[in-house]
Amino acid sequence: MNEPNKEYLELVKSKMPKSKHLLTTFRAFWVGGLICCIGQGFNDLYTHLWGNIFEEDEISTLVTLSLITITVILTGLGIYDKIGAYAGAGSIVPITGFANSVASPAIEHKREGVILGLCSNMFSVAGPVIVFGIASSIVVGVVVLIFKGAFI
Amino acid sequence: MQNQTIFFKNDIKIENTATIVGPKEHEGPMGKYFDKYINDDLLGQKSYERAETLLHLSTIRYLLNKSHYKERDVDLCIMGDLLDEISGSNFTMRELDIPYLGVYNACATFAESLIIACNFLDSGNFKRIICSTSSHFSTAERQFRFPLELGNQRTPLSQWTCTGVGATLLNRERGNIKIDVATIGRVVDYGITDANDMGAAMAPAVRETLLAHFEATSRAPDYYDLILTGDLGEAGHRLLKILMEEKGVRLKDNYTDCGILIFNREGQDVGQGGSGAGCSSTIFNSFVYKKLLDGQLKRVLLVPTGALVSKTSNLQGESIPGIAHAVSFERI
Repeated sequence: MNEPNKEYLELVKSKMPKSKHLLTTFRAFWVGGLICCIGQGFNDLYTHLWGNIFEEDEISTLVTLSLITITVILTGLGIYDKIGAYAGAGSIVPITGFANSVASPAIEHKREGVILGLCSNMFSVAGPVIVFGIASSIVVGVVVLIFKGAFI
Repeated sequence: MQNQTIFFKNDIKIENTATIVGPKEHEGPMGKYFDKYINDDLLGQKSYERAETLLHLSTIRYLLNKSHYKERDVDLCIMGDLLDEISGSNFTMRELDIPYLGVYNACATFAESLIIACNFLDSGNFKRIICSTSSHFSTAERQFRFPLELGNQRTPLSQWTCTGVGATLLNRERGNIKIDVATIGRVVDYGITDANDMGAAMAPAVRETLLAHFEATSRAPDYYDLILTGDLGEAGHRLLKILMEEKGVRLKDNYTDCGILIFNREGQDVGQGGSGAGCSSTIFNSFVYKKLLDGQLKRVLLVPTGALVSKTSNLQGESIPGIAHAVSFERI
């Protein structure tokens, strides 16, 4: 009686409500686009203000830092999760989503203490991203090292 | 006892009930039926777990005060919640001088505690027993899902865990509502693995329990003024109707679901409706109890349902077992 019941699983698949893909895609598109526009706005502003002090790549780092700071503050104020609930991938994919995924478990686990709570759970959501990020950068690095001649 | 169904020899009566709910539940359509509500779901505590404990403790104390009893007058508390090691109930009972049994059947815990209490009372060894369950949105999110502030989207099938506690005081002498029959459910698992789709995981278990109940009691769905499942949610409730029809039993307008009743689905953005151990207990101890007292309802079948999901087993690829117990109430 407790074997997976194929007929039932088919029934569930056909009868249960599904995501409204068109609507969610549209929301993700405009919010994600807006976040990127804000980033570009910071870039233009910083170039205008400090264009003669900082290099171009230093300015992009400053833009990233600004977006992260804003997100972490919005997360702490309980606003970013509402944006995320509306926009989905639109606010998860940009750097702001990553900042939110580090800040939110940190807030949640602060009550279990700094070391065993906050620090050890901080990357519980973002951990896989970091692992895959580092692992793939090593693979790419090795490929570049071997075929260096081919790229230059 | 006939297979899964118990016919109590004595009348087990409900002497009193108490409910305290969170702000969102108070704003919902059932708001006016709850005894008390809180505005801040952290209750000024350091953590949500502590807030849930305080909420549970306040409900038990309120029930005792309301019924003019001291802690010593109650023989037993049978309680449960959704936290690891049912810690909310354990910490609640640390403050009270009453013997305690902790139980867990996920969102069907309330029915489990009622059935155990009825048997103890029926045996004559106990005089007065309190059954209660609690759940809290913020502790359950953390236990089963993601951090509260994480900006993720809820799937359309997800349900919103209720913040609230419902407590029932049972005895054999006083009260106008009796529990006459109860059916203990079996664990049913048809292979649903999506932890957000709890309605589909639990619906087959409800069908088994309902069919067993109707067969053993020779009653039809029409016998009851209200059949109330625990928290299948809107989609799960529709699914159950289809499943029952496959077996030739038609559930009509007298059937609804606690998860649907507690929230305004469209306005409150709760997915398929409410869920949690506190969902069926708050709805029963407020709305249903008051309607039974008024005489607007005469016979009610309460079927709290539980998705026995664990975060670990789910990640390891296990499917979600479902359970449901049925308890029949009658106005004397």
